[in-house]
Formats: sequence, C-alpha cells, structure tokens
Amino acid sequence: MTDLSPAIRDAARRLLSDGLVDVVIGFEAGPIPLRSSPCFARDAAEVERLVWNMSCENNLAKYLPRRRERVGVIAKGCDTRSIVGLLREGQIERERLHIIGVPCRGLIDRRRIESELAGREAIDVQEREGEILLRGDGFAIALEKERYLHASCRACRSPTPVIYDTLIGDPVAKDMAADEYATVREFEALPTGERWQFFAAQASRCIRCYACRNACPLCYCTECFVDSTQPRWLSPSTDATDALVFQIMRVMHTAGRCVDCGACERACPVGLDLRLLTKKVEKDVEELFHYKAGLDVHEPMPLSTFSPDDPGDFIR
Amino acid sequence: MEEKHSHWEPRIVAFLCNWCSYAGADLAGTSRLQYAPNTRTIRVPCAGRVSPLFIVRALMHGADGVLVSGCHPGDCHYLEGNYLARRRFGLLKRLLEYVGIEEERVQFAWVSASEGGKFAHVVAEVAESVRALGPAQRLISARDQEGAP
Repeated sequence: MTDLSPAIRDAARRLLSDGLVDVVIGFEAGPIPLRSSPCFARDAAEVERLVWNMSCENNLAKYLPRRRERVGVIAKGCDTRSIVGLLREGQIERERLHIIGVPCRGLIDRRRIESELAGREAIDVQEREGEILLRGDGFAIALEKERYLHASCRACRSPTPVIYDTLIGDPVAKDMAADEYATVREFEALPTGERWQFFAAQASRCIRCYACRNACPLCYCTECFVDSTQPRWLSPSTDATDALVFQIMRVMHTAGRCVDCGACERACPVGLDLRLLTKKVEKDVEELFHYKAGLDVHEPMPLSTFSPDDPGDFIR
Repeated sequence: MEEKHSHWEPRIVAFLCNWCSYAGADLAGTSRLQYAPNTRTIRVPCAGRVSPLFIVRALMHGADGVLVSGCHPGDCHYLEGNYLARRRFGLLKRLLEYVGIEEERVQFAWVSASEGGKFAHVVAEVAESVRALGPAQRLISARDQEGAP
C-alpha cells in the first residue's frame, strides 16, 4: 500500500501557493504511535506536518461550519458525506471550499490494539499489505489489519469520497451485500427489558463530557439543548437518566443526517456503543423514508420534508 | 406500597393541538361525554410544535404516559405541521421502544375539532393501556424518584 502522505502534502502546498485557499485542514502525527491530530496548515512549512494513515480518525467536516477563510480539507468517504449534509443545510459555501478527497481503507481501533499489547508500549507502527507491524522494546508483532478496524469502518459503504475537487489515491471497492444493520437487528430482537437494562447500564457509565457531540460535524448549534439554562432541559449531572435522555435527543437531532462516520463512538472516553443508537435511527430513516444521508446535495433532509403517504399506522 | 398501588391511576400528559384536538376535548366536555380523568392537558399551537424532548421530559418528571394529538392529515392549520410531526414521531416512537420504553407509554392520535366522541374514546384507550403497564419506572429523573407529587 503506497503512502499517500507525500501526494497530500503536494496538493496542499499547491493550493496554498496558488492562493486558492487560506488554510488546509488535515492530519498530523500525534504524540504517540496510532494517534493523529487535526492539523491546520497555513504555509509551506506547516504543510510538511501533514500525514495520512490508518489513525486519521477525526471527521474534519467538524471544522468547516462558520469558518470565514477559504478552506482546503482532507476528507475520507464519510467526511465527504458529512460535507454534503452541511452543504445541504447551508452551513458551508461550496465556492470557498476545496475538497481533497482520499479513498479510505479503514481506520484502526487503537484501543483493541492496545489490549493486544497487554501493557507493552509500541514505539513504531507501520502498515503493510493488510498488516499492522508493531515494534517496541523487545517485541515485534504483526496484526491482521482487517480484524482491528473500527466497527463503523467495517460497516462503511462509502470509503471513496462522494464529492471532491481533487482525488488522491485509488477508489476503494466495498462489499455492498453485507447487512450494515446486522448489529441493530440483533439488538431489536432482544426482549424490551433486556434492551432497557443494556442502555441503562451504558448510560450509567457516561461522564457527560460531550466528546461525542463535539466530535460530530452535525452538532453545530450555537447553544446545545443540553447546555441551555433557560429552560434547563436536563440536569448536567452524571445521573444515568439524564445521560440516556441526552443520548436519545442527540440521535433524534442527527436523525436523517447522520452518515455513520463513527466519530462520536471513537471520541467516547469510556467506550460506549453509541453507534447502536445512531445506526438504529439511520436504519429507521431508510426504512420509513427511503433516505440515505450525505449522498445527494439536492435532496431535502428527511425531517424537513414529508410525503402525504408517510407511514402513520402508529397513530390512532 | 400495596395500598398505594391499589389506588394508583395513570397520569397522562396530553399535548393537544389548539386547532383540533383541544377543541375536540372541549366538545367532549360540552357534550357531557364521560371520559377518563387521567389526562393533564397541555395546549400547543400544532402537533408540529411538540419536540421529542417535551415527550421524554414528561416521562422523566412524573408522566406514566404521553399522548400527542393533532389534526388529521390534510387538515393542519399551518398546512404541513402534522405531516412533519408524523415523520419525527415515527422515528421517536421506534427509538424509545428500542431503548426499552414500553410501546404504550407514548401514543399519538389524530382528533379533529368535531370528534368529541373520538377524543373520549382515545383517552379511554390510552388510559387503559397505560394502566395495564403500571406506573412508569424507566427514564425517571433521579431528582424525582423520591417524594414525587
């Protein structure tokens, strides 16, 4: 697998030197292996920091709304779907945005790799032919990459950008036959009480840090309902009910907009299964309104439109 | 506890659209129709005004059930408020069931201003189905768990 970082740096350098954008938003190497951080490159020197690898897990569409500069953004397939949504919602101007699309081969779940290392520290990480090579003090192991992908990446159906100005790398094919909602269907089949027990237990672990919200490109409200004090909808406590209601409302707000990039789940410091909720709503939106988010800039958002024939059998 | 339970009556928060269901409830009253006294009415300008948050908050703070009632499709005073609400509520209903809230806790109806009889009937059915479930135990706010009014 070729390293796309040099090609990305070239494209970023050209955009900046041609004066087409004021900043290129991409990734730079994080402080430790398997981590990357968002990077804002404004000149040729800063461009040198840009990298591309299997730990570029943020959804950079997050940084686009309300930005005054002309922006170049490095975007994976899911990021571009978020951008489509933001364009549709009038949050960003297409003319001021240059999308450097990068077909994505999946991001790896560093927590699962860490548990594989059992306390040992990897100093050097390389990706090669579907394998992750980890080296540290007195050890070197190779892991099969496919097995350590994030769940959202395994369910992903659009690894290749759906909208872009420049495309770097070859399109990535994806198995469309697999059921992306398999986990949700399994969970739906459980008895009501068991489902409740599961979510009550999940919610009791939530520390209300709002990392999920802050990582989500759709959460661009100037004041989130959960921060509102007039009225105070929810107490800012870590009480499980408040936490669960926060999550219920968060997924209602992203209903028909969520592209399942998985950024919320990756950002969660306590490892909640947030996609079990977002994916459920995504499935229902597809079933009820035949809509898939982030694919078409011209299609109206499903909750701001309707059809007289919408399902209404639940209404007396 | 036994004693308390035997006297328990479900408390149902009813969000009623000003242009139809609220008038329907009024008609039920002026027509001297008997209906279950379990609802606590909140008048709203449209079913579309009802945020999912209102419904969930009602359940958090003491409602055993929630009824949202608006105008029949095609009858909305604002032309499309009830259509938009129908999409939103369809998703909310499925989501609440998914997280383990009993299906009957949150219900929806179309009741026009001339349907006093239907209103009485809907309230009776909703009250009966919530009574069968017993007091709400899930999604109760910690602050309300003890000494709720």
